Amino acid sequence: MTSVVATNQTILVVGGGISGMTAALEAAETGKQVVLVEKNPYLGGRTVQLYRYFPKMCHPTCGLEINLRRLKANPRIQVLTLAEVTGITGGKGDYSISVKLKPRHVNANCTACGECGKAVQTEIADEFNYNLGKIKAAYLPSSMAYPQRYVIDASIIGTPDAERAKAACKYDAIDLEQKEETISLNAGAIVWATGWQPYAAEKIVYYGYDRFPNVITNVEFERLADPHGPTGGKILRPSDGKEAKNVAFIQCAGSRDENHLRHCSRFCCMGSLKQTHYVEEAFGDAGKSTIYYIDIRAIDRFEDFYQKVQANPNVSFVKSKVARITQDKEGNPVCNGVNVEGYKRYATAHDLVVLAVGMEPSVKGIDIPAEVMSDSSGFIMADPANAGIFGAGCATNALDVNRSVQSATAAALRAIQVVNKVARAEV
Amino acid sequence: MSDLNQKMAAKYQNNFLKEIEEQAEMGEWVKMCMQCGLCSGSCPTHFQAGWDHPPQEIFMMIRAGKRDEVLKSNSMWMCTSCYNCYVRCPRKVPVTHVMHGIAEYAYRIGQSPKNQPTQHLSKTFWDNCTKTGRVNEVKLTQSLYFKDGIGSGIKKAMEMQSVALGLVKAKRLNLLEAVGIAHKCKDIKGIHAMLAKANELEAKRQADKAKA
Repeated sequence: MTSVVATNQTILVVGGGISGMTAALEAAETGKQVVLVEKNPYLGGRTVQLYRYFPKMCHPTCGLEINLRRLKANPRIQVLTLAEVTGITGGKGDYSISVKLKPRHVNANCTACGECGKAVQTEIADEFNYNLGKIKAAYLPSSMAYPQRYVIDASIIGTPDAERAKAACKYDAIDLEQKEETISLNAGAIVWATGWQPYAAEKIVYYGYDRFPNVITNVEFERLADPHGPTGGKILRPSDGKEAKNVAFIQCAGSRDENHLRHCSRFCCMGSLKQTHYVEEAFGDAGKSTIYYIDIRAIDRFEDFYQKVQANPNVSFVKSKVARITQDKEGNPVCNGVNVEGYKRYATAHDLVVLAVGMEPSVKGIDIPAEVMSDSSGFIMADPANAGIFGAGCATNALDVNRSVQSATAAALRAIQVVNKVARAEV
Repeated sequence: MSDLNQKMAAKYQNNFLKEIEEQAEMGEWVKMCMQCGLCSGSCPTHFQAGWDHPPQEIFMMIRAGKRDEVLKSNSMWMCTSCYNCYVRCPRKVPVTHVMHGIAEYAYRIGQSPKNQPTQHLSKTFWDNCTKTGRVNEVKLTQSLYFKDGIGSGIKKAMEMQSVALGLVKAKRLNLLEAVGIAHKCKDIKGIHAMLAKANELEAKRQADKAKA
């Protein structure tokens, strides 16, 4: 049985992405007890699945490493991975929370030596790489994974593969008897930071995401460009493994659309502008990018980043929402639409089309097991009547990393005020 | 008719967007367009060859106050009402309905293009079917074929001869309709009373709009 020390002066942080980690660290560094609950077997969320950040084009692993150092140095944070909050009762200053823990089947003895992965034969979809490849059913989710510990996938439990993994382990780290358990804990305040998920691109029927192999999403493109990704950082298109030197980016794929996501997802324009750098980085002047857009929303400080990309002769901009994607005989996706500048029809073939899909909350407000006010897209809204549960990061709005961190710090401060009142340290 | 046109032009001066919003059915949606181009891109008609302007451009021209170009354009009349644009519009603009609304307004104030085939069909069809409550197919086709004179009418009729004979054989076309022996509604009087009432209501609505 997993034991967690938590009282009504503890802050529960739900979600271990960049927002949740930030909220947990900010609160713990002021001396509060924090329990950080994460659904995945590792911390870092979608941020660690990015290749580079805008606008400085640095690697997310750098920022993650700083946060992990803070986390490891702080005894006040208890991290629960493979954990999901299933119920919340009580009120401000006195919540009871039940948390479902899925078995990892690997204990703290693990040194991440990788012998179990070699021994296992079964392959499963590589979720970390958005299912672009396959991995062994005993795996380390990513090279930066925290905790740095393997996971035995539930699908091989009870098969000879699981026994093979156990036999290969020299450190007695594999425990096939682990069972799912539900624990309950207390908290005075809750920070809800469950983040976002990319909009399901196949719902935009006329883009044919599920029909054409060379139509992919922006999050998948991040993995293609990443040296740790399924192609080792080579931008190869899925259908035939050809180098994708002529890449189209379609903005507002799902966002700003009453039929899909009503909101502007805010990060996708900058995301695509950033990704044109990946194409150039991989192929130099031979790499051509085309951005199809309604209008570019490089908000506030990012305007100069946009202007630099605009000045790049290898990047062209077409003011038009692509109306339909078709495929030619060579398997090239063809973008069809009408260019607003001149109102002429175009049908342009590219090697690869990247849909800049928008953000939706990964847990919609209505699915949170507590009374939380949310907007029509499912993002948590500030609610004066609800004084103990605070949204942070992309659970509250479509935000980039920078803004998520700001939002998380604000949520941490609100949670600190609540537990201070419980401790009568503040009135 | 052109009096009404002058009246409207004077009333709205240079604010054509407002004129469309107030006078054309569904015109209030025009300002919701964000010029993404999904409507024009999704249009199955080959508008480049047949249309003066795609719908998205019409919306922008309305905002730019290009009154004559919009009202005299054939674009609104080329819409086939497939509703692809309406279904896909990210702003839920009922593009199809807006196009028909503008077309009707242009016609009402006498500015629509002359001798435009779909406009001619709409008018002929309406006059034809309201007479007896059912369409007289022979007379309808006649008036369409002979729109541009006897010579081209005969030519068109000859081209379609085999289709017509097929329809007659299948009892889908009654040639006696040519001499007025046509299928009718049971209650023609009722139909006419209903249409008269509808006309009365619409005339009042239009008058109110023009006054307002």
